[in-house]
Amino acid sequence: MNTPVGAPAPTPKAPVVYVPTFPTDPKRALVFAVTSGKGGVGKTFVSANTAAALAKRGLRVLVLDADLGLANLDVVLNLYPKTTLHDVFTGKATLREAILKAPGGFDVLLAGSGLVEYSRLTSEVRDQFQTVLHEVLLDYDVVILDTGAGISDVVLYAISLADEVLLVSTPEPTSLTDAYATVKVLAAQQGRRTIRVVINQTLQPGEGRMITTQLQRVVDRFVPALGSGPVMLSHLGDIPSDTLVRSAVQKRQLLFSSMPGSAPAQAIAAVAGRLGDLVQRWQGSRD
Amino acid sequence: MKTSPPEHCVDIESLQLDSALRLIEQSGQTALDVALPPQKYVQGVIDALCSLSSLDALTGLANRRSFAHAMEQELDRVARSGDVALLLMVDIDHFKRVNDAHGHLVGDQVLKQVAHRILACVRPMDTVARFGGEEYAVVLPNCSSSYGNIVAERIRESMAHAPVVLGPHLSLSLTVSVGGAYAPQWIRSEAAIWIERADRQLYRAKREGRNTVCLEQTIDTVVSTEEKELLYGALNFDAFEARMAVANLGNANGATP
Repeated sequence: MNTPVGAPAPTPKAPVVYVPTFPTDPKRALVFAVTSGKGGVGKTFVSANTAAALAKRGLRVLVLDADLGLANLDVVLNLYPKTTLHDVFTGKATLREAILKAPGGFDVLLAGSGLVEYSRLTSEVRDQFQTVLHEVLLDYDVVILDTGAGISDVVLYAISLADEVLLVSTPEPTSLTDAYATVKVLAAQQGRRTIRVVINQTLQPGEGRMITTQLQRVVDRFVPALGSGPVMLSHLGDIPSDTLVRSAVQKRQLLFSSMPGSAPAQAIAAVAGRLGDLVQRWQGSRD
Repeated sequence: MKTSPPEHCVDIESLQLDSALRLIEQSGQTALDVALPPQKYVQGVIDALCSLSSLDALTGLANRRSFAHAMEQELDRVARSGDVALLLMVDIDHFKRVNDAHGHLVGDQVLKQVAHRILACVRPMDTVARFGGEEYAVVLPNCSSSYGNIVAERIRESMAHAPVVLGPHLSLSLTVSVGGAYAPQWIRSEAAIWIERADRQLYRAKREGRNTVCLEQTIDTVVSTEEKELLYGALNFDAFEARMAVANLGNANGATP
């Protein structure tokens, strides 16, 4: 009885899904954002080693420091670049000059510490970042955005550019809490439906899957389903805690390349296998 | 002898404008002057039809169609500029009682007056729309959170403080509930998500007793004790801590220098 007198437009009942920033084109790279909520859980370790594992599978991979200069991608990869994204933004170098070959057989684009001043997200930074990403999308199969810790606007922005979200957490309560908070924000703000989970530094087999299952339970109970329906967490794998990881980081070696037989390296390979399947599905509609 | 107009000119008499003109007349817009040059006349008809198709017939507010357009525009803008934009959903409390007690014509008068009161509370740049039934939506571009609270509260007060006068013998004391949510800055999002978030706050305002404003302050990042309990209560962290201690011991002993 309270229908308006004028004919109203139909209520939007279409399923609400995440709107990708870049048009869906199977010829472009599939963009992954690696994020964690809490810092120090091995986000960059996972980004770099997974990139190496994907490269070994024959994919063209670019890792981009989406923490805008605060990431320690350069430290993990033992790279001391002369040219960085900062130089591209300020017009001192071309994009091609700033793309480096990383030891694991993939490419990397570092932000450079000069970009700390960019940690405030202005429309210029946003435009420049997006332009850069747009330019490289057709040259790779996979682009990995290594985002910063926390749920700042820069992090959320970087994630918004990605097709897929990889959430890294350790089994520690503080890390899990922050990972869960990240899921909540991504669901509410971006309408994300699928978030992929990697549990790092697990202490026993099956622990990671158990944690993801528990995370899913809390999400089902407390995160309201938007028009898009429930948020699904997809478990990508566990990376077992291992002293080899620490020593590889200390020696600034890429574990996946330097100790490919180790348990964490094999776990990374398994995660990369699942990501590789996603890439294959994405490219499936290519001619 | 009347010469036929050149082909690129419009011959108004051959156009079938009857139903369009009738609609324009019914809507209360000023009639178009037939003496106008054909080009201007047709443009006038088109303009009148455009405004007809973007306005709510009863209240004269933006209708759902132009509201959807305003939302899309605003979402594009905040994604690009990082501006803060607010969406308010306003609903008349217990409106059904008005219709039931006084009939639909009085109900219509109420809807019009509430529309005017909301319009008086906002800036010219804001879009006030009839969202449906007794629900209104307001899109406020460039709206800081301090201003957002003020304007939402102003709308609520404008109703609560003075009854709606519907005639010499009839005035009704009515209140509204207001819910609101800010658009995600910098991020491309969808109108439906934004509306749903604002709607959720509106339901909260209704639950909290009506005549209330509820704004989603920021995206909820707080994890409650209840959530934490469910999150790792089942995971048995005492056992985890113990295993961690053992593992650390192992690491300390076995770590390569």
